[in-house]
Amino acid sequence: MAVVVENLTVVYGETVAVDDVSFEAPAGCVTVILGPNGAGKTSTIEACEGFITPASGCVRVLGLDPQRDHHALTLRMGVMLQGGGVYPSARVRDVITHFCALYDKGVRPLELMERVGLSARATGTWRRLSGGEQQRLSLALALAADPDVIFLDEPTSGVDIDGRDIIADIIVGLAQRGTTVVLASHDMAEAQRVATHAVLFQHGRIIASGVISELVQARTSLRFSSSAALSLDDLQTEMSAPVVRLTNDTFEITLQPTTQALARLTQWLATQGLPLTHVDMGSETIEDTYRRLTGGNA
Amino acid sequence: MKRILIQLRMELMLLARNGEQLLLTIAIPLLLLGFFGSVDVLPSGTMNSIDFLVPGVISVAIMSSAMVSLGIATGFERSYLVLKRLGATPLTRGELVISKILSVCVVQVVQTIILLGLGTALGWSPSQAQWLLAIGGILLGTAAFCGIGLFLAGQLKAEINLAAQNGLYLILLLLGGMIIPPDSLPGPMSSAASILPSTALATVLRASLNGQTTQVSQAFIVLMLWAVAAPLVAARRFRWS
Repeated sequence: MAVVVENLTVVYGETVAVDDVSFEAPAGCVTVILGPNGAGKTSTIEACEGFITPASGCVRVLGLDPQRDHHALTLRMGVMLQGGGVYPSARVRDVITHFCALYDKGVRPLELMERVGLSARATGTWRRLSGGEQQRLSLALALAADPDVIFLDEPTSGVDIDGRDIIADIIVGLAQRGTTVVLASHDMAEAQRVATHAVLFQHGRIIASGVISELVQARTSLRFSSSAALSLDDLQTEMSAPVVRLTNDTFEITLQPTTQALARLTQWLATQGLPLTHVDMGSETIEDTYRRLTGGNA
Repeated sequence: MKRILIQLRMELMLLARNGEQLLLTIAIPLLLLGFFGSVDVLPSGTMNSIDFLVPGVISVAIMSSAMVSLGIATGFERSYLVLKRLGATPLTRGELVISKILSVCVVQVVQTIILLGLGTALGWSPSQAQWLLAIGGILLGTAAFCGIGLFLAGQLKAEINLAAQNGLYLILLLLGGMIIPPDSLPGPMSSAASILPSTALATVLRASLNGQTTQVSQAFIVLMLWAVAAPLVAARRFRWS
């Protein structure tokens, strides 16, 4: 295991931010720490990075103690903070060159700039970049370490669709090359796109952790979107199963979401002259899992 | 050593890009020397006014670069989490501090050469100067003011630090024997001024640059105490994020 967290507790004054949590992040995999704001994700990540002294418990990253062996770890670790971390008046090209030189791992600044899609902004300063560009620059600085393990705190926060694609591709590519990726996020859909393992946080505690495909359950319902004018009673009769309206135009039928059930639904909608704009069946998402485990109190 | 030079390069690059810091460290001391060197309005005791002004303004320049410029920049770097982020690179804290102090030294070499050049043009003569003592004074002053600047930067929020550094700069400028002789201040104020690092630095520089080093030991000791105590306190109390 590249990252091992055992009974970690982080305390700020009277507040317990992380309460006796334990999990592991396997080498060469993407592990996402999920949870709402204030759940303890950043504190956990920062304890792994060596920024925070745990009140109790133990953290090992690549077999090293993040505080005692901090210098040795910095040579193998990439870090992307939740925000900031860059000289506001420094140009993109200069700051990437600076970090590449500090790590001295042979990473070429121009190639790195190209990789995160910032070549066109090479002479722009940090303070003049958009939020998404700032995130990509922060990611570039983490990549300058050519790391064995990389910690990314909310890497897609404030990033546009194109930027998200770039970041997602980089994260997946890192894991394929054997880098261990640990990222904190409250964007569960985005996280599920790139991660294979998840640690779900709530109020500073872990409520579930493991391989995402094992955490999520098969659905026991069929969700779809159609017209708000749809008659629940008529559909209920047709499907011989309970139907509820989730939102104005989203519905849920409680039955096994088989292709036969879907065929019956589409046929009925066609005869009623109603549209079918979205269908959700198969496994639940990690967000569904989170809501199920927290009773909807995310 | 390599990382220190890499960080030094970045520190100097940032300094060159920050116009307000150049104004503070180069332009203001130049203006002070140019103006008061041409218009004889300041009391200078028994000394020739330019002999009084050149060491005083060099002291102001040292205070500007070592305390205010370094302190304000470091305060904002702390608030922008730059120091925290650098803490996750192989650059150690010691290497970062050395890089910052070296960048201050580079600025001070430039400042001192320019100010001595202007001073000479205005009539100051370097023939009596005792350079070793002057360089010793400059190094001790740099250590003392770096310590004070970093102490404030490590304690206060960036905006409050900005105000505090500028406020302290103004107080030391007026009361610290750099531009106005401490003897010209009211009694209790004059006594208090003698233990300030600015007064001690100005006194040591004034004595060494004008070759009058007979009564400089007390100021030298005061400066040395500040040069040891301020960096020690700053190192103990500094918060990186």
